[in-house]
Amino acid sequence: MTSELIVFLVLSLVAVSSALGMLFSRNAVYSALFLVLNFVTVAVFYLLLGAPFIAMSQITVYAGAIMVLFLFVIMLLGAESLAPAKTLPWQRPLAILLAVILAVESIYLVFARARSDAFVAAPDVAVNSMDNLREMAMILFNQFLLPFEVTSVLLLVAMVGAIVLTKQVKGEQR
Amino acid sequence: MDWTIWLEWVLKGFILCLVLLTGFAYLTWYERRALARIQVRVGPNRAGPQGLLQPIADAVKLIFKEELTPGRVYKVVFVLAPVLTVVPSLILAAVIPLGSSFTLFGREILLHISNINVGVLYIMSIASIAVYGIVLAGWSSNNKYAMLGGIRSSAQMISYELSLGLCFAIAIVMGNSMNLIDIVNAQRGMWFAVIQPVGALVFMIVTLAEVNRAPFDMPEAEQELTAGYHAEYSGMKFALFFMAEYQKMIVICMIAATLFFGGYREFWFLKDTFFSVDRFWFLGPIYLLLKVIVLLFFMIWIRATWPRIRYDRLMAFGWKVLLPLSLVTVFITAAGILLAQELNNQLYIWSIPVLSIFSAMVAVALVYRDLRRKSHGRF
Repeated sequence: MTSELIVFLVLSLVAVSSALGMLFSRNAVYSALFLVLNFVTVAVFYLLLGAPFIAMSQITVYAGAIMVLFLFVIMLLGAESLAPAKTLPWQRPLAILLAVILAVESIYLVFARARSDAFVAAPDVAVNSMDNLREMAMILFNQFLLPFEVTSVLLLVAMVGAIVLTKQVKGEQR
Repeated sequence: MDWTIWLEWVLKGFILCLVLLTGFAYLTWYERRALARIQVRVGPNRAGPQGLLQPIADAVKLIFKEELTPGRVYKVVFVLAPVLTVVPSLILAAVIPLGSSFTLFGREILLHISNINVGVLYIMSIASIAVYGIVLAGWSSNNKYAMLGGIRSSAQMISYELSLGLCFAIAIVMGNSMNLIDIVNAQRGMWFAVIQPVGALVFMIVTLAEVNRAPFDMPEAEQELTAGYHAEYSGMKFALFFMAEYQKMIVICMIAATLFFGGYREFWFLKDTFFSVDRFWFLGPIYLLLKVIVLLFFMIWIRATWPRIRYDRLMAFGWKVLLPLSLVTVFITAAGILLAQELNNQLYIWSIPVLSIFSAMVAVALVYRDLRRKSHGRF
Protein backbone atom coordinates (compact mmCIF):
# COMPACT_ATOMS: atom_id res chain seq x y z
CA MET A 1 0.00 0.00 0.00
CA THR A 2 2.73 2.47 0.93
CA SER A 3 4.66 2.13 -2.32
CA GLU A 4 1.42 2.60 -4.22
CA LEU A 5 0.69 5.70 -2.14
CA ILE A 6 4.11 7.17 -2.91
CA VAL A 7 3.64 6.52 -6.63
CA PHE A 8 0.20 8.09 -6.47
CA LEU A 9 1.45 11.20 -4.70
CA VAL A 10 4.35 11.72 -7.11
CA LEU A 11 2.08 11.21 -10.08
CA SER A 12 -0.54 13.60 -8.78
CA LEU A 13 2.18 16.20 -8.27
CA VAL A 14 3.20 15.74 -11.91
CA ALA A 15 -0.39 15.82 -13.09
CA VAL A 16 -1.26 19.00 -11.20
CA SER A 17 1.93 20.81 -12.15
CA SER A 18 1.59 19.86 -15.81
CA ALA A 19 -2.01 21.11 -15.77
CA LEU A 20 -0.83 24.39 -14.24
CA GLY A 21 1.98 24.59 -16.76
CA MET A 22 -0.56 24.12 -19.52
CA LEU A 23 -2.58 27.03 -18.18
CA PHE A 24 0.26 29.45 -17.65
CA SER A 25 2.53 28.84 -20.66
CA ARG A 26 2.81 31.82 -22.95
CA ASN A 27 3.50 29.66 -25.95
CA ALA A 28 0.66 27.54 -27.31
CA VAL A 29 3.01 24.73 -28.32
CA TYR A 30 4.36 24.44 -24.77
CA SER A 31 0.77 24.43 -23.51
CA ALA A 32 -0.03 21.54 -25.82
CA LEU A 33 3.06 19.66 -24.64
CA PHE A 34 2.11 20.11 -21.00
CA LEU A 35 -1.34 18.79 -21.85
CA VAL A 36 0.25 15.70 -23.45
CA LEU A 37 2.25 15.15 -20.28
CA ASN A 38 -0.96 15.46 -18.29
CA PHE A 39 -2.73 12.88 -20.47
CA VAL A 40 0.13 10.43 -20.06
CA THR A 41 0.06 10.89 -16.28
CA VAL A 42 -3.66 10.21 -16.28
CA ALA A 43 -2.98 7.05 -18.28
CA VAL A 44 -0.56 5.92 -15.56
CA PHE A 45 -3.30 6.58 -13.00
CA TYR A 46 -5.50 4.16 -14.94
CA LEU A 47 -2.70 1.62 -14.83
CA LEU A 48 -2.53 2.05 -11.05
CA LEU A 49 -6.25 1.34 -10.89
CA GLY A 50 -5.69 -1.87 -12.83
CA ALA A 51 -7.24 -0.78 -16.13
CA PRO A 52 -4.53 -1.25 -18.76
CA PHE A 53 -6.94 -1.12 -21.68
CA ILE A 54 -8.23 2.33 -20.76
CA ALA A 55 -4.68 3.49 -20.05
CA MET A 56 -3.44 2.43 -23.47
CA SER A 57 -6.43 3.86 -25.30
CA GLN A 58 -5.99 7.10 -23.36
CA ILE A 59 -2.44 7.38 -24.70
CA THR A 60 -3.36 6.29 -28.23
CA VAL A 61 -6.42 8.48 -28.64
CA TYR A 62 -5.64 11.60 -26.62
CA ALA A 63 -1.86 11.85 -26.53
CA GLY A 64 -1.28 10.13 -29.84
CA ALA A 65 -4.01 11.36 -32.14
CA ILE A 66 -5.88 14.37 -30.79
CA MET A 67 -2.93 16.32 -29.41
CA VAL A 68 -0.90 15.78 -32.57
CA LEU A 69 -3.74 17.35 -34.53
CA PHE A 70 -3.80 20.21 -31.99
CA LEU A 71 -0.08 20.79 -32.51
CA PHE A 72 -0.68 20.62 -36.22
CA VAL A 73 -3.28 23.35 -36.16
CA ILE A 74 -1.16 25.54 -33.88
CA MET A 75 1.82 25.22 -36.20
CA LEU A 76 -0.10 25.66 -39.44
CA LEU A 77 -1.83 28.78 -38.20
CA GLY A 78 1.40 30.10 -36.70
CA ALA A 79 -0.58 30.70 -33.53
CA GLU A 80 2.26 29.94 -31.12
CA SER A 81 2.00 33.28 -29.36
CA LEU A 82 -0.94 35.44 -30.29
CA ALA A 83 -1.62 38.79 -28.67
CA PRO A 84 -4.26 38.42 -25.95
CA ALA A 85 -7.66 38.98 -27.55
CA LYS A 86 -10.32 41.19 -25.99
CA THR A 87 -12.21 39.25 -23.33
CA LEU A 88 -15.96 39.12 -23.25
CA PRO A 89 -17.24 41.09 -20.24
CA TRP A 90 -19.52 38.36 -18.89
CA GLN A 91 -17.02 35.58 -19.37
CA ARG A 92 -14.86 36.05 -16.30
CA PRO A 93 -17.57 36.10 -13.58
CA LEU A 94 -19.27 33.11 -15.18
CA ALA A 95 -15.99 31.19 -15.31
CA ILE A 96 -15.25 31.97 -11.66
CA LEU A 97 -18.75 30.84 -10.65
CA LEU A 98 -18.43 27.55 -12.54
CA ALA A 99 -14.93 26.94 -11.16
CA VAL A 100 -16.20 27.44 -7.60
CA ILE A 101 -19.05 24.99 -8.22
CA LEU A 102 -16.61 22.42 -9.63
CA ALA A 103 -14.24 22.87 -6.70
CA VAL A 104 -17.03 22.48 -4.13
CA GLU A 105 -18.34 19.38 -5.86
CA SER A 106 -14.97 17.71 -6.09
CA ILE A 107 -14.07 18.54 -2.48
CA TYR A 108 -17.39 17.06 -1.38
CA LEU A 109 -16.77 13.92 -3.43
CA VAL A 110 -13.23 13.52 -2.14
CA PHE A 111 -14.41 13.69 1.46
CA ALA A 112 -17.41 11.45 0.81
CA ARG A 113 -15.12 8.89 -0.79
CA ALA A 114 -12.37 9.20 1.79
CA ARG A 115 -14.62 7.70 4.43
CA SER A 116 -14.26 4.24 2.90
CA ASP A 117 -10.99 2.60 3.94
CA ALA A 118 -9.56 2.20 0.43
CA PHE A 119 -7.45 5.19 -0.49
CA VAL A 120 -8.50 4.94 -4.10
CA ALA A 121 -11.74 3.04 -4.56
CA ALA A 122 -10.75 0.13 -6.77
CA PRO A 123 -13.23 -1.05 -9.38
CA ASP A 124 -14.92 -4.41 -9.24
CA VAL A 125 -12.29 -7.06 -8.52
CA ALA A 126 -14.06 -9.71 -10.58
CA VAL A 127 -13.78 -7.56 -13.66
CA ASN A 128 -10.08 -6.99 -13.16
CA SER A 129 -9.09 -10.44 -12.03
CA MET A 130 -7.85 -11.91 -15.27
CA ASP A 131 -8.80 -10.34 -18.54
CA ASN A 132 -10.53 -7.04 -18.19
CA LEU A 133 -10.39 -6.54 -21.95
CA ARG A 134 -12.88 -9.32 -22.61
CA GLU A 135 -15.10 -8.21 -19.74
CA MET A 136 -15.11 -4.66 -21.02
CA ALA A 137 -15.96 -5.76 -24.54
CA MET A 138 -18.85 -7.85 -23.22
CA ILE A 139 -20.25 -4.93 -21.27
CA LEU A 140 -19.67 -2.45 -24.09
CA PHE A 141 -21.33 -4.56 -26.76
CA ASN A 142 -24.21 -5.91 -24.66
CA GLN A 143 -25.24 -3.53 -21.94
CA PHE A 144 -24.10 -0.28 -23.55
CA LEU A 145 -24.52 -1.14 -27.20
CA LEU A 146 -26.95 1.70 -27.95
CA PRO A 147 -24.81 4.52 -26.49
CA PHE A 148 -21.79 3.03 -28.21
CA GLU A 149 -23.49 3.03 -31.61
CA VAL A 150 -24.96 6.49 -31.06
CA THR A 151 -21.50 7.82 -30.25
CA SER A 152 -20.05 6.34 -33.40
CA VAL A 153 -22.86 7.85 -35.49
CA LEU A 154 -22.16 11.20 -33.82
CA LEU A 155 -18.48 10.97 -34.76
CA LEU A 156 -19.43 10.02 -38.31
CA VAL A 157 -21.72 13.03 -38.56
CA ALA A 158 -18.94 15.28 -37.31
CA MET A 159 -16.59 13.85 -39.91
CA VAL A 160 -19.07 14.30 -42.74
CA GLY A 161 -19.70 17.83 -41.52
CA ALA A 162 -16.00 18.67 -41.64
CA ILE A 163 -15.74 17.27 -45.17
CA VAL A 164 -18.80 19.20 -46.37
CA LEU A 165 -17.51 22.45 -44.85
CA THR A 166 -14.19 22.23 -46.64
CA LYS A 167 -15.45 20.83 -49.93
CA GLN A 168 -15.17 23.01 -52.98
CA VAL A 169 -18.34 23.52 -54.96
CA LYS A 170 -18.11 22.00 -58.43
CA GLY A 171 -17.32 24.48 -61.16
CA GLU A 172 -16.05 27.06 -58.73
CA GLN A 173 -12.59 28.29 -59.60
CA ARG A 174 -9.84 28.37 -57.02
CA MET B 1 9.27 -8.06 -3.89
CA ASP B 2 12.26 -10.30 -4.42
CA TRP B 3 15.42 -8.44 -5.43
CA THR B 4 16.27 -11.10 -8.00
CA ILE B 5 13.16 -10.17 -9.98
CA TRP B 6 14.41 -6.59 -10.15
CA LEU B 7 17.82 -7.82 -11.20
CA GLU B 8 16.27 -9.95 -13.92
CA TRP B 9 14.18 -7.06 -15.24
CA VAL B 10 17.08 -4.63 -15.27
CA LEU B 11 19.37 -7.14 -16.96
CA LYS B 12 16.79 -8.05 -19.60
CA GLY B 13 16.05 -4.42 -20.38
CA PHE B 14 19.76 -3.62 -20.56
CA ILE B 15 20.44 -6.56 -22.88
CA LEU B 16 17.51 -5.67 -25.14
CA CYS B 17 18.71 -2.05 -25.45
CA LEU B 18 22.21 -3.28 -26.19
CA VAL B 19 20.94 -5.68 -28.84
CA LEU B 20 18.89 -2.93 -30.49
CA LEU B 21 21.78 -0.47 -30.48
CA THR B 22 24.17 -3.01 -31.97
CA GLY B 23 21.45 -4.01 -34.39
CA PHE B 24 21.15 -0.38 -35.47
CA ALA B 25 24.88 -0.11 -36.10
CA TYR B 26 25.05 -3.28 -38.12
CA LEU B 27 21.80 -2.58 -39.93
CA THR B 28 23.49 0.47 -41.48
CA TRP B 29 26.33 -1.79 -42.63
CA TYR B 30 23.87 -4.39 -43.90
CA GLU B 31 21.86 -1.78 -45.80
CA ARG B 32 24.92 -0.20 -47.39
CA ARG B 33 26.34 -3.54 -48.44
CA ALA B 34 23.01 -4.81 -49.79
CA LEU B 35 22.28 -1.56 -51.62
CA ALA B 36 25.76 -1.64 -53.12
CA ARG B 37 25.30 -5.22 -54.27
CA ILE B 38 21.95 -4.36 -55.88
CA GLN B 39 23.48 -1.33 -57.63
CA VAL B 40 26.56 -3.34 -58.75
CA ARG B 41 28.93 -1.49 -56.45
CA VAL B 42 31.18 -2.79 -53.71
CA GLY B 43 30.05 -0.78 -50.70
CA PRO B 44 32.05 -0.18 -47.49
CA ASN B 45 34.79 -2.81 -47.37
CA ARG B 46 37.82 -0.97 -46.01
CA ALA B 47 37.38 -0.93 -42.23
CA GLY B 48 37.88 -4.46 -41.04
CA PRO B 49 37.03 -7.66 -42.91
CA GLN B 50 34.12 -7.07 -45.30
CA GLY B 51 33.82 -3.57 -43.82
CA LEU B 52 32.51 -5.00 -40.56
CA LEU B 53 34.15 -2.26 -38.48
CA GLN B 54 32.58 0.50 -40.58
CA PRO B 55 29.69 1.17 -38.08
CA ILE B 56 32.22 1.71 -35.28
CA ALA B 57 34.20 4.13 -37.43
CA ASP B 58 30.97 5.98 -38.25
CA ALA B 59 30.03 6.17 -34.58
CA VAL B 60 33.43 7.59 -33.64
CA LYS B 61 33.17 10.14 -36.44
CA LEU B 62 29.69 11.24 -35.36
CA ILE B 63 30.68 11.61 -31.71
CA PHE B 64 33.59 13.87 -32.55
CA LYS B 65 31.70 15.99 -35.04
CA GLU B 66 30.95 19.57 -34.17
CA GLU B 67 27.44 19.97 -32.94
CA LEU B 68 25.94 23.34 -33.52
CA THR B 69 22.67 24.77 -32.33
CA PRO B 70 21.29 27.44 -34.61
CA GLY B 71 20.69 30.81 -33.01
CA ARG B 72 16.93 31.21 -33.06
CA VAL B 73 15.67 27.73 -32.29
CA TYR B 74 13.37 26.89 -29.39
CA LYS B 75 16.18 25.41 -27.28
CA VAL B 76 14.33 23.07 -24.90
CA VAL B 77 12.17 21.46 -27.55
CA PHE B 78 15.07 21.37 -29.98
CA VAL B 79 17.05 19.21 -27.55
CA LEU B 80 14.01 17.22 -26.48
CA ALA B 81 12.88 16.24 -29.98
CA PRO B 82 15.64 13.70 -30.84
CA VAL B 83 15.20 12.11 -27.42
CA LEU B 84 11.45 11.84 -27.97
CA THR B 85 12.15 10.09 -31.25
CA VAL B 86 14.65 7.55 -29.92
CA VAL B 87 12.94 6.52 -26.68
CA PRO B 88 9.72 5.14 -28.28
CA SER B 89 11.78 3.15 -30.76
CA LEU B 90 13.60 1.48 -27.86
CA ILE B 91 10.70 0.80 -25.50
CA LEU B 92 8.50 -0.49 -28.31
CA ALA B 93 10.37 -3.80 -28.15
CA ALA B 94 9.50 -4.42 -24.49
CA VAL B 95 6.38 -6.49 -25.19
CA ILE B 96 7.75 -8.57 -28.05
CA PRO B 97 8.40 -12.19 -27.06
CA LEU B 98 11.86 -13.26 -28.20
CA GLY B 99 11.48 -16.89 -27.25
CA SER B 100 9.81 -19.17 -24.73
CA SER B 101 11.83 -19.66 -21.53
CA PHE B 102 14.85 -21.39 -20.10
CA THR B 103 16.14 -22.32 -16.68
CA LEU B 104 19.19 -20.62 -15.21
CA PHE B 105 20.38 -21.16 -11.60
CA GLY B 106 17.08 -22.86 -10.84
CA ARG B 107 14.99 -19.91 -12.02
CA GLU B 108 12.76 -19.88 -15.04
CA ILE B 109 13.80 -16.95 -17.22
CA LEU B 110 11.17 -15.84 -19.70
CA LEU B 111 12.47 -14.42 -22.95
CA HIS B 112 10.37 -11.27 -22.95
CA ILE B 113 10.48 -8.19 -20.79
CA SER B 114 6.83 -7.79 -20.01
CA ASN B 115 3.76 -9.85 -20.69
CA ILE B 116 0.78 -7.52 -20.62
CA ASN B 117 -2.61 -8.54 -21.88
CA VAL B 118 -2.92 -5.41 -24.05
CA GLY B 119 0.43 -5.86 -25.77
CA VAL B 120 -0.84 -4.91 -29.21
CA LEU B 121 -2.43 -1.75 -27.86
CA TYR B 122 0.83 -0.89 -26.13
CA ILE B 123 2.59 -1.02 -29.50
CA MET B 124 -0.16 1.12 -31.00
CA SER B 125 0.11 3.78 -28.30
CA ILE B 126 3.90 3.97 -28.33
CA ALA B 127 3.89 4.17 -32.12
CA SER B 128 1.45 7.07 -31.94
CA ILE B 129 3.69 8.86 -29.41
CA ALA B 130 6.61 8.57 -31.83
CA VAL B 131 5.07 11.24 -34.08
CA TYR B 132 5.91 13.95 -31.53
CA GLY B 133 9.63 13.79 -32.06
CA ILE B 134 9.27 14.59 -35.74
CA VAL B 135 6.64 17.32 -35.34
CA LEU B 136 8.59 19.03 -32.59
CA ALA B 137 11.92 18.76 -34.40
CA GLY B 138 10.33 20.46 -37.40
CA TRP B 139 8.73 23.21 -35.35
CA SER B 140 11.57 23.96 -32.95
CA SER B 141 14.12 24.37 -35.75
CA ASN B 142 12.36 27.65 -36.62
CA ASN B 143 12.97 26.97 -40.28
CA LYS B 144 10.31 26.78 -42.97
CA TYR B 145 11.80 23.74 -44.70
CA ALA B 146 12.14 21.81 -41.46
CA MET B 147 8.61 22.69 -40.41
CA LEU B 148 7.10 21.68 -43.74
CA GLY B 149 9.00 18.41 -43.55
CA GLY B 150 7.80 17.78 -40.02
CA ILE B 151 4.18 18.55 -40.85
CA ARG B 152 4.28 16.45 -44.00
CA SER B 153 5.72 13.41 -42.35
CA SER B 154 3.48 13.59 -39.31
CA ALA B 155 0.41 13.90 -41.56
CA GLN B 156 1.63 10.83 -43.37
CA MET B 157 2.19 8.90 -40.14
CA ILE B 158 -1.25 9.79 -38.76
CA SER B 159 -2.95 8.79 -42.02
CA TYR B 160 -1.22 5.43 -42.22
CA GLU B 161 -1.78 4.74 -38.52
CA LEU B 162 -5.44 3.97 -39.28
CA SER B 163 -4.59 1.11 -41.63
CA LEU B 164 -1.91 -0.01 -39.17
CA GLY B 165 -4.53 -0.28 -36.43
CA LEU B 166 -6.79 -2.31 -38.71
CA CYS B 167 -3.91 -4.68 -39.51
CA PHE B 168 -3.37 -5.11 -35.78
CA ALA B 169 -7.09 -5.89 -35.54
CA ILE B 170 -6.67 -8.70 -38.09
CA ALA B 171 -3.97 -10.32 -35.97
CA ILE B 172 -6.02 -9.79 -32.80
CA VAL B 173 -9.08 -11.43 -34.34
CA MET B 174 -7.11 -14.39 -35.63
CA GLY B 175 -5.12 -14.85 -32.43
CA ASN B 176 -8.21 -14.24 -30.28
CA SER B 177 -6.10 -12.15 -27.92
CA MET B 178 -4.25 -8.86 -27.60
CA ASN B 179 -1.40 -10.61 -25.83
CA LEU B 180 1.54 -11.05 -28.19
CA ILE B 181 2.54 -14.36 -26.61
CA ASP B 182 -0.94 -15.76 -27.21
CA ILE B 183 -0.80 -14.49 -30.80
CA VAL B 184 2.52 -16.27 -31.35
CA ASN B 185 1.23 -19.48 -29.82
CA ALA B 186 -1.90 -19.31 -31.96
CA GLN B 187 0.39 -19.51 -35.00
CA ARG B 188 1.80 -22.88 -33.95
CA GLY B 189 -0.40 -24.62 -36.52
CA MET B 190 -0.31 -22.05 -39.32
CA TRP B 191 1.20 -18.62 -39.79
CA PHE B 192 -1.29 -15.79 -40.05
CA ALA B 193 0.51 -14.56 -43.17
CA VAL B 194 -0.69 -17.69 -44.95
CA ILE B 195 -4.28 -17.35 -43.79
CA GLN B 196 -4.39 -13.60 -44.36
CA PRO B 197 -1.69 -12.71 -46.94
CA VAL B 198 -3.31 -9.39 -47.82
CA GLY B 199 -3.30 -8.33 -44.18
CA ALA B 200 0.40 -9.10 -43.91
CA LEU B 201 1.13 -7.25 -47.16
CA VAL B 202 -0.83 -4.17 -46.11
CA PHE B 203 0.94 -4.29 -42.75
CA MET B 204 4.32 -4.29 -44.45
CA ILE B 205 3.39 -1.37 -46.72
CA VAL B 206 1.96 0.65 -43.85
CA THR B 207 4.97 0.08 -41.63
CA LEU B 208 7.20 1.36 -44.43
CA ALA B 209 5.22 4.59 -44.24
CA GLU B 210 5.28 4.61 -40.44
CA VAL B 211 9.06 4.44 -40.22
CA ASN B 212 9.42 6.89 -43.14
CA ARG B 213 11.28 4.49 -45.37
CA ALA B 214 11.49 4.59 -49.16
CA PRO B 215 9.28 4.85 -51.17
CA PHE B 216 7.44 6.82 -48.48
CA ASP B 217 10.45 8.78 -47.20
CA MET B 218 8.71 12.11 -47.59
CA PRO B 219 10.36 13.90 -44.65
CA GLU B 220 13.73 13.29 -46.23
CA ALA B 221 12.84 14.51 -49.70
CA GLU B 222 16.15 16.26 -50.26
CA GLN B 223 15.15 17.74 -53.61
CA GLU B 224 12.18 19.65 -52.21
CA LEU B 225 12.90 20.22 -48.54
CA THR B 226 16.72 20.20 -48.29
CA ALA B 227 16.47 17.47 -45.67
CA GLY B 228 13.10 17.78 -43.99
CA TYR B 229 12.58 17.93 -40.26
CA HIS B 230 16.23 17.31 -39.31
CA ALA B 231 17.68 20.01 -41.57
CA GLU B 232 19.04 22.00 -38.60
CA TYR B 233 20.41 19.07 -36.65
CA SER B 234 24.05 18.07 -36.69
CA GLY B 235 26.46 15.75 -34.93
CA MET B 236 25.08 13.37 -32.37
CA LYS B 237 21.58 14.89 -32.42
CA PHE B 238 21.30 14.07 -36.10
CA ALA B 239 22.64 10.60 -35.35
CA LEU B 240 19.82 10.11 -32.87
CA PHE B 241 17.21 10.62 -35.61
CA PHE B 242 19.12 8.22 -37.78
CA MET B 243 19.28 5.74 -34.94
CA ALA B 244 15.55 6.01 -34.26
CA GLU B 245 14.75 5.28 -37.89
CA TYR B 246 16.87 2.15 -38.03
CA GLN B 247 15.79 0.90 -34.62
CA LYS B 248 12.19 1.38 -35.64
CA MET B 249 12.91 -0.66 -38.76
CA ILE B 250 14.24 -3.51 -36.65
CA VAL B 251 11.42 -3.35 -34.12
CA ILE B 252 8.72 -3.09 -36.74
CA CYS B 253 10.15 -6.16 -38.49
CA MET B 254 10.05 -7.94 -35.14
CA ILE B 255 6.41 -6.92 -34.75
CA ALA B 256 5.55 -8.02 -38.27
CA ALA B 257 7.26 -11.37 -37.63
CA THR B 258 5.37 -11.74 -34.36
CA LEU B 259 1.96 -10.84 -35.72
CA PHE B 260 2.01 -12.55 -39.10
CA PHE B 261 5.07 -14.77 -39.51
CA GLY B 262 4.91 -16.95 -36.42
CA GLY B 263 7.12 -14.85 -34.11
CA TYR B 264 9.84 -16.91 -32.50
CA ARG B 265 8.16 -20.13 -33.65
CA GLU B 266 9.46 -22.40 -36.34
CA PHE B 267 7.79 -22.98 -39.71
CA TRP B 268 4.36 -24.51 -39.13
CA PHE B 269 5.34 -27.75 -40.89
CA LEU B 270 8.29 -28.24 -38.52
CA LYS B 271 5.87 -28.24 -35.59
CA ASP B 272 6.70 -31.57 -33.94
CA THR B 273 10.11 -32.20 -35.42
CA PHE B 274 13.65 -31.84 -34.17
CA PHE B 275 13.69 -28.15 -35.12
CA SER B 276 10.80 -27.13 -32.90
CA VAL B 277 11.16 -24.33 -30.36
CA ASP B 278 9.43 -26.59 -27.84
CA ARG B 279 12.48 -28.86 -27.94
CA PHE B 280 15.29 -26.30 -27.78
CA TRP B 281 14.54 -22.91 -26.29
CA PHE B 282 17.53 -21.24 -27.95
CA LEU B 283 16.04 -21.78 -31.39
CA GLY B 284 13.41 -19.10 -30.59
CA PRO B 285 15.66 -16.02 -30.77
CA ILE B 286 17.50 -17.53 -33.76
CA TYR B 287 14.30 -18.02 -35.72
CA LEU B 288 13.16 -14.49 -34.87
CA LEU B 289 16.52 -13.07 -35.93
CA LEU B 290 16.38 -14.91 -39.26
CA LYS B 291 12.85 -13.66 -39.93
CA VAL B 292 13.86 -10.09 -39.05
CA ILE B 293 16.87 -10.27 -41.38
CA VAL B 294 14.70 -11.49 -44.27
CA LEU B 295 12.06 -8.81 -43.66
CA LEU B 296 14.76 -6.13 -43.40
CA PHE B 297 16.16 -7.28 -46.70
CA PHE B 298 12.75 -6.68 -48.28
CA MET B 299 12.77 -3.12 -46.91
CA ILE B 300 16.24 -2.50 -48.35
CA TRP B 301 15.28 -4.11 -51.65
CA ILE B 302 12.27 -1.81 -51.95
CA ARG B 303 14.48 1.20 -51.23
CA ALA B 304 16.89 0.14 -53.96
CA THR B 305 14.25 -0.36 -56.63
CA TRP B 306 11.37 2.05 -56.10
CA PRO B 307 11.27 5.80 -56.71
CA ARG B 308 9.71 8.08 -54.14
CA ILE B 309 5.94 8.50 -54.43
CA ARG B 310 4.59 12.02 -54.99
CA TYR B 311 3.08 13.44 -51.80
CA ASP B 312 -0.55 13.78 -52.95
CA ARG B 313 -0.47 10.26 -54.38
CA LEU B 314 0.98 9.02 -51.11
CA MET B 315 -1.92 10.47 -49.16
CA ALA B 316 -4.46 9.27 -51.73
CA PHE B 317 -2.93 5.79 -51.58
CA GLY B 318 -3.21 5.71 -47.81
CA TRP B 319 -6.76 6.98 -47.56
CA LYS B 320 -8.40 5.72 -50.73
CA VAL B 321 -6.65 2.38 -51.27
CA LEU B 322 -5.10 1.00 -48.10
CA LEU B 323 -7.79 2.08 -45.65
CA PRO B 324 -10.76 0.55 -47.55
CA LEU B 325 -8.70 -2.53 -48.38
CA SER B 326 -7.73 -3.10 -44.77
CA LEU B 327 -11.35 -2.53 -43.65
CA VAL B 328 -12.47 -5.19 -46.13
CA THR B 329 -9.78 -7.64 -44.99
CA VAL B 330 -10.77 -7.16 -41.34
CA PHE B 331 -14.36 -7.91 -42.28
CA ILE B 332 -13.40 -10.97 -44.36
CA THR B 333 -11.17 -12.30 -41.57
CA ALA B 334 -13.83 -11.91 -38.90
CA ALA B 335 -16.53 -13.40 -41.15
CA GLY B 336 -14.35 -16.37 -42.14
CA ILE B 337 -13.48 -17.18 -38.53
CA LEU B 338 -17.12 -16.89 -37.52
CA LEU B 339 -18.13 -19.14 -40.41
CA ALA B 340 -15.62 -21.81 -39.42
CA GLN B 341 -16.76 -21.58 -35.82
CA GLU B 342 -20.48 -21.74 -36.48
CA LEU B 343 -20.33 -24.51 -39.09
CA ASN B 344 -17.72 -26.37 -37.06
CA ASN B 345 -15.54 -26.96 -40.08
CA GLN B 346 -11.99 -25.61 -40.10
CA LEU B 347 -11.90 -25.76 -43.91
CA TYR B 348 -14.00 -22.59 -44.10
CA ILE B 349 -10.96 -20.71 -42.77
CA TRP B 350 -9.54 -20.98 -46.30
CA SER B 351 -12.28 -18.69 -47.59
CA ILE B 352 -10.27 -15.89 -45.92
CA PRO B 353 -7.19 -15.98 -48.20
CA VAL B 354 -9.28 -16.55 -51.33
CA LEU B 355 -11.66 -13.67 -50.67
CA SER B 356 -8.98 -11.26 -49.45
CA ILE B 357 -6.68 -11.95 -52.41
CA PHE B 358 -9.68 -11.35 -54.67
CA SER B 359 -10.43 -8.02 -53.00
CA ALA B 360 -6.75 -7.03 -53.24
CA MET B 361 -6.82 -7.80 -56.95
CA VAL B 362 -9.93 -5.66 -57.35
CA ALA B 363 -8.13 -2.83 -55.56
CA VAL B 364 -5.08 -3.18 -57.82
CA ALA B 365 -7.30 -3.18 -60.93
CA LEU B 366 -9.09 -0.03 -59.75
CA VAL B 367 -5.80 1.75 -59.03
CA TYR B 368 -4.46 0.71 -62.42
CA ARG B 369 -7.54 2.01 -64.23
CA ASP B 370 -7.40 5.27 -62.32
CA LEU B 371 -3.72 5.79 -63.12
CA ARG B 372 -4.28 5.04 -66.82
CA ARG B 373 -7.17 7.47 -67.03
CA LYS B 374 -5.12 10.15 -65.31
CA SER B 375 -2.16 9.73 -67.60
CA HIS B 376 -4.38 10.00 -70.69
CA GLY B 377 -6.34 13.01 -69.48
CA ARG B 378 -5.17 16.51 -68.72
CA PHE B 379 -2.64 17.08 -65.98
